[in-house]
Order: sequence, then C-alpha cells, then structure tokens
Amino acid sequence: MNKLFVESSPHIRSAWTTQKIMLNVIIALCPALIMSTYIFGIKALLMTVICCTSCVLLEFLFNKVTKREDTISDLSAVVTGMLLAFNLPVDLPIYMAIIGCFVAIVIVKCLFGGIGQNFANPAITARIVLMMSFAGAMTKWTAPFSWKDGVDATVSATPLAAMSGVDFKELSLGQLFNSTVTGTEIPSIMDMFLGFRAGCLGETCVAALLLGGLYLMFIGLIRPATPLCFIGTVAVLSFFYGGCDVNFMLYQLMSGGLILGAFFMATDYATTPLTTKGKIVFGVGCGLITFAIRQFASMPEGVSFSILVMNCLTPLIDRYTAPRALGAVKPKKEGKQ
Amino acid sequence: MSKLHSVRLPHFSGSAEQLTRKIPAPEIVAISMLQHIGAPCEPCVAIGDSVKIGQKIGDTEAFMSAPVHASVSGVVKEIKDVMNVGGRLCKTVVIANDNKNEMSPDIKPPKVDTREEFIKAVRESGAVGLGGAGFPTHVKLAYDRSKVKIDYLLLNGAECEPYITSDYRELIENSDNVLSGIDLVMTKLEIPKAIIGIEADKPQAISKLEKLAIRYPNISVQRLPSAYPQGAEKVLVHTLTGRVVGEGKLPSDVGCMVMNVSTAGFIYGYVKTGIPLVKRRITVDGDIVNSPANFFIPVGTLLHSIVGFADVRRQPDRIVLGGPMMGACAFDPDTPLGKTNNAVLLFGNTKERKPSACIRCGRCVRACAVNLMPTELESAYDARDAEALEKLKINLCMNCGACSFVCPAKRQLAEKNQLAKDFLRQSKAKQQGK
Repeated sequence: MNKLFVESSPHIRSAWTTQKIMLNVIIALCPALIMSTYIFGIKALLMTVICCTSCVLLEFLFNKVTKREDTISDLSAVVTGMLLAFNLPVDLPIYMAIIGCFVAIVIVKCLFGGIGQNFANPAITARIVLMMSFAGAMTKWTAPFSWKDGVDATVSATPLAAMSGVDFKELSLGQLFNSTVTGTEIPSIMDMFLGFRAGCLGETCVAALLLGGLYLMFIGLIRPATPLCFIGTVAVLSFFYGGCDVNFMLYQLMSGGLILGAFFMATDYATTPLTTKGKIVFGVGCGLITFAIRQFASMPEGVSFSILVMNCLTPLIDRYTAPRALGAVKPKKEGKQ
Repeated sequence: MSKLHSVRLPHFSGSAEQLTRKIPAPEIVAISMLQHIGAPCEPCVAIGDSVKIGQKIGDTEAFMSAPVHASVSGVVKEIKDVMNVGGRLCKTVVIANDNKNEMSPDIKPPKVDTREEFIKAVRESGAVGLGGAGFPTHVKLAYDRSKVKIDYLLLNGAECEPYITSDYRELIENSDNVLSGIDLVMTKLEIPKAIIGIEADKPQAISKLEKLAIRYPNISVQRLPSAYPQGAEKVLVHTLTGRVVGEGKLPSDVGCMVMNVSTAGFIYGYVKTGIPLVKRRITVDGDIVNSPANFFIPVGTLLHSIVGFADVRRQPDRIVLGGPMMGACAFDPDTPLGKTNNAVLLFGNTKERKPSACIRCGRCVRACAVNLMPTELESAYDARDAEALEKLKINLCMNCGACSFVCPAKRQLAEKNQLAKDFLRQSKAKQQGK
C-alpha cells in the first residue's frame, strides 16, 4: 500500500474558492461595464481595462519587491481595478487613474497585509484621494452619448447637483419620463434607471447594477442585509425630507453612486461586519451618512465617504454584534483586587 | 424556536440501499483495551490462552469504562501496545482466528428485572455509543435519579455525515430491535417519552419506523432537517425539544438522554441473546470504491483486511476512519477497527490543500451551529491569546468541521480550534501552577 496521506478533518471541502468568488463579482459587474461602454463609448471600457491591468501589475510588483507570495491569481486586484474605474469620470487623465490604482492596491491593500487585511475599501479610498487631489478633473463629467457626436461635450453637474433647485411636485408625469420636456438639467426617471446621465462611468446604469447585485445575492455571494438597509435608509429619509415626494426619493436613490456602492462596495467582505446584525448596522450607518452629506454638506455626493467612515467603524461594530454562543454562560465579573 | 446554523453537504449515500454483507473471516483480530471514552481496560487473558467469541478479555474497576470481548475464537498470539483509531497507544490483545466460530459457554441472556440489573448488564455487554464518540452506555444510563429527571430519550438517527449509512441500515434491517431496545430503556429507567430523530433524506427509514412505532404510544418519530451537523448531541437536543444544553452541561441537565439508534438496537439484541458487542456494522465507501456497501465486521478487524476485500479502482492513498467531516485519517494500515468505527472511507488522488489568506467572507460564522466565530478564534490562536480564546468560547467548539468545509480560502479552521482548546488548557494549567 502507498504511504498514507494524513490530514486533519474535515476531509471534504466546498467548491467555493476565493478565486471563484472574485470571478463571480467580475461577472456581476459586467452588465454595468457593457452599459457604460454603450453610454460613454469605448473610452469607458478602456479606462476599466487600464485600471484592472494597473492594479494586477502593481500587486504583482509589490509582492515581487517585498518577496511575498504572488497573489494575483485570486483575481481580487481585478475586482478592485473594475470598481475603481467605475468610480471615475470617463475622461479622467490616465495618469490620474493609475495614481488611483497605486493608492488602492499598494497603499490601502498591500501595505496593510494584502487581501482580507485592509481596513478600508481600496477603490473607495482611492476615489476619495483622487477627489481631494484632482478635484477639477474628478468632477468634469461627460454627457451621455457624446461619443456619438464626436464632440467633447461636458456637462456642468451630475443630476444630484442639478436637483437641488428643482421642485419635483411641479413636474408632470410626462415630464418625468421624457427629459426633453423637463426643461431642467435633470434627466427623466427612465433615463436615470437606464443610466443615460452624467456621472462616474460605472455608477449610472441602475438597471445593470441591480442585475449584477441580484445575481450576487442569488448565488449567495452577498447577503441582502447591507444593500437593503443602505438603500432603505436613504429612501426613507429622502422621502420625508423631500416632503413625502416619491419622485424626489427615486431620483435620490438612482443618482450618485448609491446603487453601485450599496451592492458592490458596502458588501466588500474585508471591510464590513461579519454578522447579519453588524451588516444591518453598517447599512443603516452608510444610509444616514450618505443622506446627511447629500442634503446638509457642501458636497453633492456622500456614498464614498459614508462607506469609508463605516469601514473604520467595522471592528467596533463587529465587537458589539458578536453572536452569543449557544448555551454560553456569561463570564463572572472578577472582583476588584 | 430559533434555527441553528448549518451547512448543506453532498450525501454520497451510494451504500444506502445495499443489504449489509459479511466480510471474509479475518486471519487475526487486534482488540484494543481502549475503545471508549474513559479508562482503558486491563487484559484478563494471557498469551497462549484460547478464547471463544464473546469471552471477556479486558476489564477494569474504573466506572467510566466498558469491558471488551473476543470477537473471534482462537488463540491469544500477542499482547502489545498498538495505536488505536484515536491515535493513542494502548494495550491490544491480538487473537489468531481458528475459524471455528465457537461461542463462549458463558453467553446467556442476562437477568434484567430491575434498573440496577439492567445497567449492570449493559456494562457487561461492553456497550458504548455506536455513533462514533464511544461514551460508555452504562454510564449514561446510571445517572443520579435523585438529582436528574429525564423527560426524553432522544434517539439519534440523523447520520448527518456524507457517505455513512450504517445507522440507516440498522434502522431498515434491525428496526424491530431498535424499537424494542428503546422501549426497554424507557421501561427500565422510567423515561416517559422517546423521540427518534431521522433526517428527512431517509424517507424509507422514517416511514418504516413510523409504522412500527404505532405499537408504542410513547415513542414518536420526528423528521430532522437534512443539514449538517444535525447529529451533534446539542444540535439534536435543540431540534427535537427546543432545549439548549448550556456550556459545560450535559443533555441530562435539560432532561434529555441521547442515544444512537444502533446502540438501542444492540442493547435489545444483547438482552435477548447475551452476545456482547463483538461485531458492528461499518460503511465502506470513498471515491475509489466501486461498490459501496455496509459490512458486519468483528471488532478488532485490521484496516488492511477491509481494504483487501473492498472493491477498489486503485490503492487508496488516504483512509478516513469515520465520516469525512469528523473522521480521522489512518496512519497505519494495521490499525485495528473498534466499536466506535462506523465507516472506512478510501480515497485516491489526494492533493495537499494550500490555504490562502482569510477574506473575512463570514461563511464560517454563518456555518457554526453553536454560534462561534471561527475566523476570530483562528486569529486569537495565532496570537496565542488565551484570554480572547476563552472569551470567544473556544471550549464550545464541537469540532464538526463545518467552518473548514465552507472556507473559500481553505483554511484549517477546525484544526486550529482543536489546537486552540489544547493551548487554552495548557495555559490555564500553567496559570494555576504559579
């Protein structure tokens, strides 16, 4: 008989691997990438490919230089690259995007110990660093379908910024569904849903993002708690803040990076709480901060900041939402010596 | 009643519908003096003695123990230290089989009129929990009636591990004895109710037992969710009664007694015939086995004689004793099988698994039936942080392996938990020594 192989139990393992998980996230992001390419042109696809390549390359180089084990095959760098690209305006200069990749992969991820060890979401942090460093370029939005006309059409503001002056109650249903007659800068509800609006390249198409998010939920990769609580909190607060106006609420939900953030970034494993209770706290917290920044702060968008803040609170949330072990007795408090 | 966490496992129940077969009589058997939780027995035979089937060959004064008996007739060839299935070296009596199959003249149905006589008889039978843990059955039955009141006798027929079907075959082939055994235990110990828990993926066993249980108004059959680790004692008690066995407590503390269905079947057979625990049913399966099935083997059969007659495609390079979730790998093909072995699984093409970094996906947290956080436990153990391990309740881990099973990074979480328990014990002992 051969020499027997010995290992500790269990002797069978599930088919899920880190690589398979990341691959499925990539698949889930593809509908949004396709729509983005349709809306903003081939530049969107290019930007995504550049970000992914830079991220993978940077991780490879970092591991090489620091003599660590090569980890690029787990595909997590590709996911980071995609998410970062999704958070950038399509016409951002390439070198800025690469700086973003450096921040995401080297500073936020690798320096903290690589996959699973980072405390903040790499793509979100990189986006915030870029916002602070290149405020002009990061808010230079490209109008949808401008690639068709061949002109470099930029618009002054995203719908979220344009919305502040609009009284939604004044708009008729027809106006809401046809942007040419709204007479304002805000697109119709249908355009918002399909992503035909200015914004970061991957955040605009709500339909595609929902499809990807639901796919991840369906295969059990992400849990519904965080996205539901995040979006739900923003929905409820916006509804009452807008004077019980459903349209205002829908615009709030579909604009900015809320859907992208709620399904793909607030569900990041490494930087969000482990338990369902924790995920609920995390989602509600994100929703509150997003709403507060949008309505009361000088910035039009707050999704990235809300997720970053909640990332920092995750260890604390984890500590207070730890499950109670079955039948566990509380340790007796030791008397003071 | 809140549902406990569980995981879905593949079933691999290829052996389920095969009638239990006999194996060719082994040339020798090696009977370990430690086939249970507790004190090892001392051999009461000497080299050169001839022994007959059912003759007691090892016993001890210790309460927490169960005697062992010869499983074949023949001559005691050797008494030596052999590693048992649990990886412990202990005295083992090696008997050369004379193939005469002579039964010991001492074998006769025991007198079981009173509770005390019954418990004594169960002890003499060498009965231990046949589900795998090997808790001496008479110890379980001899609870202090002035302090403990048992409301439920819970029969464990969950058999939640993949591959294993030996309890299922017991339920199908020996259902009358199982029910009579349950009835006997209930009568002798004055336990008012019994529930037989069987996983929902065994509908034939459920309907057979349900039909037979009509005769016993106090015995009911309950369908268990087909989820791992349903057969774990605490999980079973929770599912069947809603009661929670607390930290450091036993099922009897919440009025329950858990017994494997095969143990109940054996006890009745013993009371009828007087033949002690000298053979048991095991499942032989695995990814290189062509025709998985259950077999009756004499206690003490060597592992290689099972591999020898199993219908395998190639030589195994990994042998698992017990289920794939909690069973142990055999080091040596000469390992003798004992009373607690319910399966021998033969695997080929084994590759070493390389764990990667934890991605904090939380699957282990959602898999743990007792609500532990395996990933946090792992970090605490890696930091050798005894205080954190205690706070995270490492001692509640039942080593079911669900956390390691679901881990996408293929981390050895269950193994780390076992190491962590040991580390905590040692550091506590050190502290007390100061």
